Amino acid sequence: MLVPLAGGWNPLLGRLALDQIPYNNPILAPLFVVVALGALALIALITYYHKWGYLWKEWLTTVDHKKLGVMYIIIGLVMLFRGFVDGLMIRTQQVWANGPDSSGVFGAVHGYLTPFHFGQVYSAHGLIMILLAATPLLVGFMNIIVPIQVGARDMAYPYLNALGLWITAAGAALIMASLFIGDFSHNGWFGYAPLFEIQYSPGVGVDYWIWTLELLALGTSLGGINIIATIVKMRAPGMSWFKLPIFTWASLSANIIALTSFPALQLALALVASDRYLGSHFFTAGLGGNLMLYTNLFWIWGHPEVYFVILPAFGMMSEIFPVFSEKPLFGYITMVAASFAIAGVSWLVWLHHFFTMGAGPEVNSFFSIATMLVGIPTGVKVFNWAFTMYRGRLTFSAAMLWAIGALFLLLVGGLTGMMLAIPAINYMVHNSVFVVAHFHSMLLVIVYAVFGSVIFWFPKVFGFKLDEYWAKVMFWLFSAGTVGVFVPMYMLGFMGETRRLDYVFNTAWHPYLVAEEIGIFLYCLSVVAFFVLLYVSIRDRVKNQVGQDAWGTSRSLEWLTHSPVPFYNFAVIPHINERDEVAWRRQHGLVQKQPEKYLDIHMPNNTGMALYIGALTFVLAFALTWRIWWLCLGSLVAIIALMIVRSFQGDAGYIIPAAEVERMEKEALAREARIQTGAHPLPAGGRPVPGEAIAYERQDKL
Amino acid sequence: MSAHSSTDPKTAVLWDTHDHGHDVISTRTFGFFLYLLSDGMIFATLFAAYGVLSYSHSYAAGPTPASFVHPWYTFLQTVALFLSVLAYGMGMGGLKRGSKSGLLSGLLAAFVLGVVFLGLDIHDMMDLADHGITIMTSGGTSAFIFLTQTHAAHIFFGLVWIAVMILQVMIQGFTTDTVGRLLSLRMFWHMQAIIWVFVYIFVYLWGYMS
Ligand code: HEM
Ligand SMILES: [Cu+2]
Repeated sequence: MLVPLAGGWNPLLGRLALDQIPYNNPILAPLFVVVALGALALIALITYYHKWGYLWKEWLTTVDHKKLGVMYIIIGLVMLFRGFVDGLMIRTQQVWANGPDSSGVFGAVHGYLTPFHFGQVYSAHGLIMILLAATPLLVGFMNIIVPIQVGARDMAYPYLNALGLWITAAGAALIMASLFIGDFSHNGWFGYAPLFEIQYSPGVGVDYWIWTLELLALGTSLGGINIIATIVKMRAPGMSWFKLPIFTWASLSANIIALTSFPALQLALALVASDRYLGSHFFTAGLGGNLMLYTNLFWIWGHPEVYFVILPAFGMMSEIFPVFSEKPLFGYITMVAASFAIAGVSWLVWLHHFFTMGAGPEVNSFFSIATMLVGIPTGVKVFNWAFTMYRGRLTFSAAMLWAIGALFLLLVGGLTGMMLAIPAINYMVHNSVFVVAHFHSMLLVIVYAVFGSVIFWFPKVFGFKLDEYWAKVMFWLFSAGTVGVFVPMYMLGFMGETRRLDYVFNTAWHPYLVAEEIGIFLYCLSVVAFFVLLYVSIRDRVKNQVGQDAWGTSRSLEWLTHSPVPFYNFAVIPHINERDEVAWRRQHGLVQKQPEKYLDIHMPNNTGMALYIGALTFVLAFALTWRIWWLCLGSLVAIIALMIVRSFQGDAGYIIPAAEVERMEKEALAREARIQTGAHPLPAGGRPVPGEAIAYERQDKL
Repeated sequence: MSAHSSTDPKTAVLWDTHDHGHDVISTRTFGFFLYLLSDGMIFATLFAAYGVLSYSHSYAAGPTPASFVHPWYTFLQTVALFLSVLAYGMGMGGLKRGSKSGLLSGLLAAFVLGVVFLGLDIHDMMDLADHGITIMTSGGTSAFIFLTQTHAAHIFFGLVWIAVMILQVMIQGFTTDTVGRLLSLRMFWHMQAIIWVFVYIFVYLWGYMS
């Protein structure tokens, strides 16, 4: 039943052999040394400071949604960095390999990357940025914020939450493994049928791609179930649907998309795997296969996926604007309706990714109009944010700057998307870097919203603020980089540069490519600024401590509990009275009011099981990639066995007695009082630092 | 909007000092229902792919379902699966009465009938392979086999789950955990039967007639 393979195979190691390790590759081998040394240094440091126990007890076995969320965000940031380095490599190759006279090194005729290697770099870049940077970053924030915003002690299924994290981590590990063991796919992040069939891509690259995506799809679906159930089932008393904080609404709409669309991806890739492993003919060029079936299936997931990542980003922006405008969100109901409208329409537009398939005017018109319809709810959102700021008391803090930057990018990306939605234009620029610039504008909305949220919610999770000055330096460098890279890219798109070129033939484009290179250099500087930001903020953490309401103007429920949030979230679950509960309590002087009595709290126990199962999914995916059948079977059986063991154990959880809760609360309140009496980092008038805070007095007498 | 609040701040309840808590079983079954939704999407997509790959050219001039499906044979599978679901439902009647033996006998019957279903399926596949019809034959047979065997794989995991539940109820009795799982498993088992209806109609009956 199994397909014949080009190259060796043996029962013990499958396709794995020594020559699959790129020890003679001039780029990968040194990188491997660096990574290995880094890992050794980390292990040595942890051992030296005796932190293994801490790491195990507090992080690796945790089921606390905040810690899991932090780990999601760390994975997201690390992979964002990896993806960024890929991007840097792509840009450098293009500016170098420009014109027939350009030089070549490391075995490449032009530039420094061979076409095969270049293909792997851009494929990994796309996959990583969408599924291992944007997605975990957003899932991480949903994990941290949603349960607190709905007034729950944890997610609906804390253990499943840990499982989702470790499966995602397994996906990250798998794609990282492809760097040093074998190759990665060179088929683009979405895969071209039938190029990914085993005849044309005989190596393991496509298999890495399949199983990485499958792991990530699984992890994200599990997370989606959890977040939906948390929102539907775990809301605090009094929190009716239209008192739900807006980020929670956004998370709900996004995860409904995830839950219904990821199965399409899982299936599409399972069919690719079936072709490659079992020799079926779903997408082959002959024997009844259908190439466009794959492209349809992929984008039936792919388009909803892009809304799955943008909707939470919209939700983040909807949280940031009101707080720094000192006004409630404008048009809350329409904002919710718009989210769901976008989610709904996102199902009906997938074909705009291949208008050029030639489906005919009726089909293309339908999908063109459907795509343009998305612009309506998106426009509603843009105006709502604008009206939120309109006549507000604006504070241009770093978080606010990132949110405003996101708004501008959304405009650029949305309008170019509208252009692409017109088939006549699309035929001109499809597969050009214009499309690349479009979706980077869009995905950068997410990056901006995420950095804004990192600054916005950091004090909630860690109890101190990030340094405003360096956050702003980073913002401006990053934005300069965005302009530098993507404005020339739009232009090149119009001039006809196609995407994914490892060699750019037209020397007239050189100035633009140089401009893009300068842009990516500015991005590099912003990465440096980010590390400085982290260093400075951690150094000054005592000075920058904050109480529960870090910004003084916060609105939603997460600001009602202490910063950092205690592991049980709320000593007593709050009763919700208003939509912007914290703003309402502040307005009526109720924020300081503590509950009269405390109750026992029931919490779930930590478990290593999720970590073991996650690790086994990595083994399974790795064994499948290399076709090590005994290991596949072994790890699959082990996974099922562990699940059964877990189901027999169950988890009764444990009780924190009321007296203990009271003691911890007293401690937290004492800390709060200390911070209040000390120098509050954001005095009412704003510090006289240039650009720090511009407070407008309202003139109107409404 | 919320600037003019409707709640009187003087009398408003601020904390839930009675700790209402959340119903564990209904939370879990709701989550499992969501999982089934995504499982249903997998099948929906698979049916769409099957539809696309059931044009005559998809069979690459090879055998088409009209020549190799046997609706009467498959009807036996249908009967076995439906009886299995029925047995499970009667077992759940036992749960309602608090009768462990009632539940266990229902589950056992459901298990045996599920095994019969799976046995018939495997026999069918072997028979097809003997006639040279495998997943490698053509795009059309790939879709046929992948669809039916994805369903069969669900039945297999359902059987493993039923077996685990039989053991668990024998050892632990009716607890929050086991009852929640029995309810989820019931949803799962019903869902597979519903999907089978679609498989039977679209793949077997429709395939036989076209
Ligand atoms: C107003 C809303 C939007 C419209 C009208 C729109 C329209 C389009 C169209 C027509 C294409 C196909 C271009 C082509 O290949 O010829 C496209 C590609 C793409 N869009 Fe959008 N888009 C919108 C929003 C978004 C959002 C919110 C995201 C992501 C967050 C996004 C990400 C992408 C990606 C990733 C691709 C191309 C993927 C690839 O080919 O690799 N778009 N968009
Ligand atoms: Cu799209």
